[in-house]
Amino acid sequence: MVGKAEPVNGSVKSGSNQSIPATMQSPLKKSDLIPNLSLKTLKLKTKQQELLIRVSILCLVYVLAFITRLFSVLRYESMIHEFDPYFNYRTTLFLTEKGFYEFWNWFDSESWYPLGRIIGGTLYPGLMVTAAIIYWLLRFLRFAIHIREVCVLTAPFFASNTTLVAYFFGKEVWDSGAGLVAAALIAICPGYISRSVAGSYDNEGVAIFALLLTFYLFVKAVNTGSLAWALASAFAYFYMVSAWGGYVFIINLIPLYVLVLLITGRYSMRLYVAYNSMYVLGMLLAMQIRFVGFQHVQSGEHMAAMGVFFLLQVFFFLDWVKHLLSDTKLFQAFLRITVTTAIGVGAIALGVGMASGYISPWTGRFYSLLDPTYAKDHIPIIASVSEHQPTAWSSFMFDFHILLFLFPAVCLISAIAVSATIKNLTLVARAKSKVTQTGSVRGSSSSKGSSKASLDQSQPFQRNGAIALLLGAFYLLSKYATHCTWVTSEAYSSPSIVLAARGAHGNRVIFDDYREAYFWLRKNTPPDAKVMSWWDYGYQITAMGNRTVIVDNNTWNNTHIATVGRAMSSYEDEAYEIMRSLDVDYVLVVFGGVTGYSSDDINKFLWMVRIGGGVFPVIKEPDYLVNGEYRVDKGAAPKMLNCLMYKLSYYRFGELTTEYGKPPGYDRARGVEIGNKDIKLEYLEEAFTTSNWIVRIYKVKPPNNRW
Amino acid sequence: MAKSTSKDAQALFHSLRSAYASTPTNLKIIDLYVGFAVFTALIQVVYMAVVGSFPFNSFLSGLLSCIGTAVLAVCLRIQVNKENKEFKDLAPERAFADFVLCNLVLHLVIMNFLG
Repeated sequence: MVGKAEPVNGSVKSGSNQSIPATMQSPLKKSDLIPNLSLKTLKLKTKQQELLIRVSILCLVYVLAFITRLFSVLRYESMIHEFDPYFNYRTTLFLTEKGFYEFWNWFDSESWYPLGRIIGGTLYPGLMVTAAIIYWLLRFLRFAIHIREVCVLTAPFFASNTTLVAYFFGKEVWDSGAGLVAAALIAICPGYISRSVAGSYDNEGVAIFALLLTFYLFVKAVNTGSLAWALASAFAYFYMVSAWGGYVFIINLIPLYVLVLLITGRYSMRLYVAYNSMYVLGMLLAMQIRFVGFQHVQSGEHMAAMGVFFLLQVFFFLDWVKHLLSDTKLFQAFLRITVTTAIGVGAIALGVGMASGYISPWTGRFYSLLDPTYAKDHIPIIASVSEHQPTAWSSFMFDFHILLFLFPAVCLISAIAVSATIKNLTLVARAKSKVTQTGSVRGSSSSKGSSKASLDQSQPFQRNGAIALLLGAFYLLSKYATHCTWVTSEAYSSPSIVLAARGAHGNRVIFDDYREAYFWLRKNTPPDAKVMSWWDYGYQITAMGNRTVIVDNNTWNNTHIATVGRAMSSYEDEAYEIMRSLDVDYVLVVFGGVTGYSSDDINKFLWMVRIGGGVFPVIKEPDYLVNGEYRVDKGAAPKMLNCLMYKLSYYRFGELTTEYGKPPGYDRARGVEIGNKDIKLEYLEEAFTTSNWIVRIYKVKPPNNRW
Repeated sequence: MAKSTSKDAQALFHSLRSAYASTPTNLKIIDLYVGFAVFTALIQVVYMAVVGSFPFNSFLSGLLSCIGTAVLAVCLRIQVNKENKEFKDLAPERAFADFVLCNLVLHLVIMNFLG
């Protein structure tokens, strides 16, 4: 049965086999005359066989995590996806060309015209620096690689590394079986894949690796009480802070973990050593990132960590005094005094800090975590981002599958559950004829095993039941693997900048309009031209079109975005005033009426109205609706039919026949015939429309000569 | 009421003093160092209250270097103290080496942050 240990159906199944005790070893002295492929010929001892199995499983999981993220590179090409990654790509390019000093002090005048953006101080440099280091390393080894390839493949590479960290984490928390299952689960978990697919060059790709690394190193530090591990976890925390704004969750989860340990009494001196050194060193390192700045001492979201820090000081000081004093009565008095003073001082400090505004309150990001509908009512610009919508239950199932009932959103706990279940079941199934292994972590399992063995004699059905359950578990896990791969292939591998559809004969049709338009901009407009578009496309225009934009995805200035929104929602002459004040030369709109593309600007238009109306009360949302309904056909509101966005989207569209059997001017994305077909533009002229009419660029005409 | 509290406080103080006298000398040296670091931190806070907190990064780096060395020294004391059962198989040289390494990192970061 030693030979059976070869991986049969995916790496998950094999993870269980290593708990099988291999007592019927072939005698090591006899040599096999006929070489066969079983492990016996390698003449390895049990421990070495186990090591070989574990290492090979880990290697397979590592490779699996990488290749399952490569769907879009194989189907389309090696390019950067979506919107935010284009900004990251542009900054990485700048870093590799100009060096770290220029990058760290970069002020960019090509976005947010005329304000500009302090890029060096408003980004998280971890991702860019990581990709640049990999690029420089490869270049040093004389691989003539382009930075774009490095950027595209950074996320899958770090996903593979995450599986390794998950293995060590599982091993630390439970045992190596759980570690292997954890690694396998996290390699194909769709929720993670969606943010780390090849081409999705975004912060989460490296941040999730840093997150798991920080937690693992901190748990290791608490378990060993060593200052060296605490230092390592502080460095991992620094990497996390440099990589993603979501580090705030770590700086709150770790104090929560410490607090729970304290409350449940599972603490010792090691906890003090681990948390305090990690907190002080981690906080100092984190403040080196300009974007984070002094938030660790000023922001309300970071106060929990500081609170736990002081709590630990008080707690262990009291412990020490108790140890010194032999008289309990005296200690009680001392305890009373100290605790009341400590609480009093802490409360006063917190109260003064919050009242004077020195400690800033929780940001919208945290409120949205606690109440997902908060942003919808209060901050339209956060609510308009589709990623911020509260998740539907079906999406949870889509992303997590069996992990949902195993334990929501925690691959590790599921791994422990799966591994322990499989281990116990196999133990029961095979306990009849085995002497249990000594290598098990739970030392009492040997006695358990022998008792189970005796039990087995009297209950033969128990063994069959165990085997049936095992098969059920394997079926579930293989279903999970299939689901994950299907989800990755269908839903998460789209580059968003290149669209694909099925033609009439089933052939694949590619729409590459975005890149066509940006390339046109790059080649046919003056280098100092300014482009106005909705903020979604800002990063792509600056990265690929190489032109100055008015607003982009950073969305740091709501008023500026509202100005653009107001321009898009006004009549053409009012909009012309606004565009002249912003020095706009070109306007870019995205239109899906010809192709049926539903993420175009007309569908996003109501958000433009809401955001614009939030700052300029002259824009009123009901003006654009008819009976609360948003329409673009004949029955639409007159303001809607004559606003700038409508005109720019549907200019010349009234003459176009889009579908057989439908009248000209039939909008395939909305499914109606448009209301205003005879559009005349007075202050703009059409500059370029892409081959499928997805991107339309208009030039703003200079004012007329006076005579 | 006040008399009993003061008597309590005196008794407390005496018993603490006598218990502390029995700690080994190397631990007392570490305690002295911790006390010195905390005292320096307090001086810096008082100075900040007097002259204002600009530049804030300098104030923070000075304060945190004091608190950082205090915390690390306490960790060293915990690891070196023979009465702590869970650290009995940790060599004091290793504890000291960790202490030095962490202090090195701390002060390098402080020097970068000082501005």
